[in-house]
Amino acid sequence: MLANTQGIGNVHPSVTNDQKPVLSLKGISKSFPGVKALSEVSLDLYPGQVTALVGENGAGKSTIVKVLTGIYQPDEGEISISGSSVSFPTAQDAGKAGVTAIHQETVLFDDLSVAENIFIGHAPKSRFGLIDKTAMVRQAKELLARIGARIDPSVLLKELGIANKHLVAIARALSIDASIVIMDEPTASLSHKEIEETYELVERLKAEGKAILFISHKFDEIFRIADRYTVFRDGQMVGAGKIAEVSEPDLVRLMVGRSVDQVFPKRTPELGPEVLRVVGYSHPTEFEDIGFTLRRGEILGFYGLVGAGRSEFMQALFGITRPSKGAIRIDDTVAVIRTPNEAISHGIVYVPEDRGKQGAIKGLPIFQNVSLPSLKSTSRNGFLRLAEEFKLTRDYTRRLDLRAAALDQDIGELSGGNQQKVIIAKWLATQPRVIILDEPTKGIDIGSKAAVHEFMAELAAQGLAVIMVSSEIPEILGMSDRVIVMREGRIAAEFEGDELTPERLVRAAAGLAEAAT
Amino acid sequence: MSVSQANETNPVRQVPDRLRSPLQRLLASWEILLLGVAVAVFVLNSFASPYFLDPWNLSDATFNFTEKALIAFAMALLIVSGEIDLSVASIIALASTAMGFAVQLGAETPTLVLVGLGVGLLCGAFNGALVTGLGLPSIVVTIGTMSLFRGISYIVLGDKAYTGYPADFAFFGQGYVWWVISFEFVLFAFMAVLFAVLLHKTNFGRAVYVIGNNPVGALFSGIRVPRVKFALFLLTGVMSGVAAICLTSRLGATRPSIAFGWELEVVTMVVLGGVNILGGSGTIPGVVIAAFVMGMVTFGFGLLNVPGIVMSIFIGLLLIGVIALPRIARRMLAARRG
Repeated sequence: MLANTQGIGNVHPSVTNDQKPVLSLKGISKSFPGVKALSEVSLDLYPGQVTALVGENGAGKSTIVKVLTGIYQPDEGEISISGSSVSFPTAQDAGKAGVTAIHQETVLFDDLSVAENIFIGHAPKSRFGLIDKTAMVRQAKELLARIGARIDPSVLLKELGIANKHLVAIARALSIDASIVIMDEPTASLSHKEIEETYELVERLKAEGKAILFISHKFDEIFRIADRYTVFRDGQMVGAGKIAEVSEPDLVRLMVGRSVDQVFPKRTPELGPEVLRVVGYSHPTEFEDIGFTLRRGEILGFYGLVGAGRSEFMQALFGITRPSKGAIRIDDTVAVIRTPNEAISHGIVYVPEDRGKQGAIKGLPIFQNVSLPSLKSTSRNGFLRLAEEFKLTRDYTRRLDLRAAALDQDIGELSGGNQQKVIIAKWLATQPRVIILDEPTKGIDIGSKAAVHEFMAELAAQGLAVIMVSSEIPEILGMSDRVIVMREGRIAAEFEGDELTPERLVRAAAGLAEAAT
Repeated sequence: MSVSQANETNPVRQVPDRLRSPLQRLLASWEILLLGVAVAVFVLNSFASPYFLDPWNLSDATFNFTEKALIAFAMALLIVSGEIDLSVASIIALASTAMGFAVQLGAETPTLVLVGLGVGLLCGAFNGALVTGLGLPSIVVTIGTMSLFRGISYIVLGDKAYTGYPADFAFFGQGYVWWVISFEFVLFAFMAVLFAVLLHKTNFGRAVYVIGNNPVGALFSGIRVPRVKFALFLLTGVMSGVAAICLTSRLGATRPSIAFGWELEVVTMVVLGGVNILGGSGTIPGVVIAAFVMGMVTFGFGLLNVPGIVMSIFIGLLLIGVIALPRIARRMLAARRG
């Protein structure tokens, strides 16, 4: 139905140039405390066309999606649909205006039926205001048929596999009669066959005249299905145009940017003897055959896309999960790490990415957070010695320039950057040999970022071996002596010295061949 | 370069250890508020009844809370860690039944004590294994074992009772150490100090707070979370065994309905003492004061011949009032500021 009414006007949508955008964002800015997430960005979406939105992690892609779906309110700027200005105070308003989003992890309910999942919140009602189950199942069947999914709408969601759940999420998004569809990394966790099916679906939606915003890190699929592109970098729109008129290297360059405008500490690494050797570390589902060596005084970067298995591997190294295969040697002796405790006693510590859940013990004061893994040394015969705890905390937080009212202040009251300083101090106080920092500057302000970077360099200079997981290219390039790129749970490449270029990292992470230059 | 220059112009700040002195903290604490309530109840009681201030009456009054408080100390640690044990009263029933059974076999007092403690330990281990080994929620597990443990007592005893405890066994529940000071009260005071030291002065106590505030963060900090939780269930089981010895000794008989409904009174005592029912905060001194408050209210009302149901209504209102008060105060302050 829709396909006919809207499709007639544009028989060759990608060829017509003078089309008007159905949705247009102008000068959108959005700030969070300490971070400017979006700075006067523009974005146009055209009916019957796929616009690819590309950018590094943290470039502002998910922020713009939240602005478009009414979850965030922009500080400045204008959203217009079909030429008239609109605003989305709530997610429902965005839905009514015809904007729908298919997220990577749409919240679905395992114990409800497929039809109920599709229509939750806007189920068809009978005369008495009750849910009209027959109509709901019928409409669900139609929707599923439209996206080519062979799923019985009356079965429970939990009986479906992951790919079919994904199709349900798509059907749910389409159950709102939307003209604008946002797809946030829709193929990130799908198999090859399922990815092909997703592409077919995108083609179908295009034919129905929908304007599609397609967020992806995979260049091959961008060039395959997108008609237009928009590139974000550091919260700014740095380029937009037609896919046919841009080359892959150009796109990578736009995305990464030439200038690295952060200042990183200058270091001349003095590498000591090997401290850690990992051989064939594998996990049934998360990573496979990870092996590398690490020397004293070295900063080893781990780059990759979200979901490449970097954090999962690091957590296995720290004893949170157990590997199915593999071995490690520390200072040339075989070590077995089954619990975090064993990792700590071997001198391996982990500063987690999820600071709120895994790092900070919110509700407890700073000094108790710092002393936590060192209690054995600050206490005597199992009895606490607060004076020793305060001394330890003073010693280690001072080196990181911690900003806090007092050391007995609840860590939860600190800014993200200062919480991170406390957590780094907490691990340094155990006098480790290997420190793993997982996205150490994610979501923290520029000032704290610089302090963390500088401190990292200082630690390496003192002979500590540092592993840094980061998805930020400038940080990886600015800090690492050597970089391992992971993709889909495996090591995809390793770069050192002059080989370290943004283009190479992005290509290896996305699974592209080296550019033939 | 620019960063290090920034540091030179900005000399490293000295962050003070404490914002407020421990004394200031104490004065603004829950425990002080509760102590005020305790004093008020004491004064009201002494005006309401001429018999209240009699030393022997006061001594009798302590039996209203000592046995429950013994369990409440261990329960406080368990709740601070984010878990709960609702089977404690049923552990008393099972431990008491086991002791009564042992009496029938001719057991002497030392054996009875071992049986009481041993049954408590086993029950605690059973709860702990289900919660930490299988990862089941403790509230569900212990609601189950609450029925299970007492159910066993009912099967063994039916409508009968075990009596005939040895004469020297009576000391635990009826003996006096000096003048009006009962053995139970001395045990209560000793355990209060022991648990206060355990929770507030040891690494183990610190781990309990950490787990209660953030169990995932505790794991990521190298704390053996299941081990600590298992130990807390063991401790609660053993303390229930201790309470079973005292109560059985005091009553001189075991019926399957012994200590019926105590689990909620113990939890009430803990929460009234300022322990966050969601875990993460609370102190032993708070629980001690709460024990006195509850004991004196019960005793005072008893002297005034107030029916039991009115007493439980009052305790309920007191609990809600004391919990709601700080929150209401905070809202009013916020509203004034806003």
